Amino acid sequence: MNELLHPYDITHEADIMQPLDFNRRSRLKHVDQTFKSEIINIIRLTEMEKLFQVRILDDAARERFSFRPGQFVMVEVPGYGEIPISISSSPSHKGFIELCIRKAGLVTTILHKARRGVPIGIRGPFGTHFPIEKMRGCNILLIAGGLGLAPLRAPIFHVIENRSNFKNVHILYGTKQPSMLLFNYQYEEWDRIADIDLKVIVEQGDESWKGPVGMITALLDEVDIAPRETYAIICGPPVMFKFVCNHLTQEGIPMNRMFVSLERRMHCGMGKCCRCNIGSTYTCLSGPVFDYWSVINLKEAI
Amino acid sequence: MLFKTLSKKEFRNLVELLLEDTEVIAPRQIGVNEKSKPIHHYLPVRKFEEIDLDYEITEYSAKSYFLPFRENLSSCRFEDDDWTQEIHYRLKPRVLMGLHSCDINALLKLDKVLAGDRFPSPYFISRRRNTFIIGIDHDPCEGGFCQSVGADVVTHGFDLYLTDLGDRYFIAINSDHGYNILMQVDAKDTTGQDNKDYLEVRQRIASKFEPLNMHNLPNLMDIEFESEVWKKWGSKCLSCGSCAMVCPTCYCYGVDEQVSMDGKQGVKAKQLYSCNLLDFAAVAGGHNFRADRETRLKYRYYHQHRGFMETYEEPLCVGCNRCGLVCLAGINPPGIIRDLQTEDQV
Repeated sequence: MNELLHPYDITHEADIMQPLDFNRRSRLKHVDQTFKSEIINIIRLTEMEKLFQVRILDDAARERFSFRPGQFVMVEVPGYGEIPISISSSPSHKGFIELCIRKAGLVTTILHKARRGVPIGIRGPFGTHFPIEKMRGCNILLIAGGLGLAPLRAPIFHVIENRSNFKNVHILYGTKQPSMLLFNYQYEEWDRIADIDLKVIVEQGDESWKGPVGMITALLDEVDIAPRETYAIICGPPVMFKFVCNHLTQEGIPMNRMFVSLERRMHCGMGKCCRCNIGSTYTCLSGPVFDYWSVINLKEAI
Repeated sequence: MLFKTLSKKEFRNLVELLLEDTEVIAPRQIGVNEKSKPIHHYLPVRKFEEIDLDYEITEYSAKSYFLPFRENLSSCRFEDDDWTQEIHYRLKPRVLMGLHSCDINALLKLDKVLAGDRFPSPYFISRRRNTFIIGIDHDPCEGGFCQSVGADVVTHGFDLYLTDLGDRYFIAINSDHGYNILMQVDAKDTTGQDNKDYLEVRQRIASKFEPLNMHNLPNLMDIEFESEVWKKWGSKCLSCGSCAMVCPTCYCYGVDEQVSMDGKQGVKAKQLYSCNLLDFAAVAGGHNFRADRETRLKYRYYHQHRGFMETYEEPLCVGCNRCGLVCLAGINPPGIIRDLQTEDQV
């Protein structure tokens, strides 16, 4: 007799046969297929952090790949694992993306041992972005603590490249020690740009440190804030952005004009694995960029 | 929806037809528990006699056939300094039989997350579309509160749905597939008597439930977020994750990669996880966002009754109480929900 049930082959669906593009979120696609990519350069930043320049090998896929500042990718080292990493390069830069990675676990340790030319896998981009388009015509405060400069670097580039869209721009950065400062070779370049104010502070100075010493909120006192026309982007550990956001709230900046990027454990990037849930909000879908009002409404966010 | 009736003899013929060339999964008794109650699992069957449709509840839910405990997401072949990725989805059709309304409602909820509009999962959809589902009505289970969460009836999410009318089954048909297969045997059009008998059975089942007060639970979850209730139940939790394993709707997972002994093959696999396990929310650098067991237990309930409600306007829980039955510490949803409801009442 004839077979009663016929196999249904999902790979024959029209949607899934389209070229892989994670920006088309609603379509059926090979969600776990990675873009094979090559590490084209490795730049040593500190003892713990390296910057990886990564290029998607397939020309068409590389051309299609686009992201907004604040989004992240899943980086796979086949045989080791997959980790979420925020993109640190300019969204307008098409050839490669830059990923600032701290040596912290299994996958990042093997990445730190990797040589130039090694093929890795990239999926994404995922998550929400800083709504820079809304900030047009306003002052912008770009504030980072520690490793927070990695996700902040994409909006910094975007603001610099579109400088005339904004009024006053302040970049404030703080770390524990001078040796932990990321991208310190770029500060001079950023600071020399007319009308961009860069301030760096450390909690503990050393013999060579000439800059200010203290908490990042000390830098805020030096900035003249016009609360009605200012947006803030804050990246860093929860304890830091809590202090900064409370300070800015007191200055009068509305909470829905402050944006933070949250860090959580992630295994999928697509709202499936639940590992990044805060209360029950997926950091990978509704975040990692949240406005501060949303953050204080999330249970156990900070 | 179309309805037909089928004599029990013809039903046997239908199942035997399916058994001829398709894998059939059905409830099978695998033993008895310490209270001499039968233990059932959804397992592959070869003969009609192995199937026991008159069961109360299976220890594991039917989820296992859509979200297996471990599933390969992709494999990798390593050659010299390079690799190639391969991805396969499960294609083989299979019949899943004897699902109660809670398990079918659970699949509908999983559909929303895994087959919905944001990043639909090809792994899940492929399994779902290749599974022919035959459900069946049953009396309320001990401790079950499916009626209180609206999961005691189903109107879709299956191919055929049976209601036992004694000598025959009343069958709801929800797909052309189901209709075609039913046409292979001697299915009868429903009569006025069939309808009357069916409605009587449904009424009888519905009247047997003991209601659980779910009123205003999402708000209560927020209000009682710091409540002692979580300490009381959380301090019992062994953080073993059994509740999530047997739950028909828990879908969270972890991803890990393994390499073959010769180093030539790698596999990226997802494995079902549980938010009660210690490292569920631990991040690089050592910080754990939910280091206490009561926070993790609370999070599980918060997701089921508050978070899912917020997104999909229904709770994730289907009220089967499998987690309550399997928990070695005796943690059960009706107990926790009753405590939450009475916590701040004088």
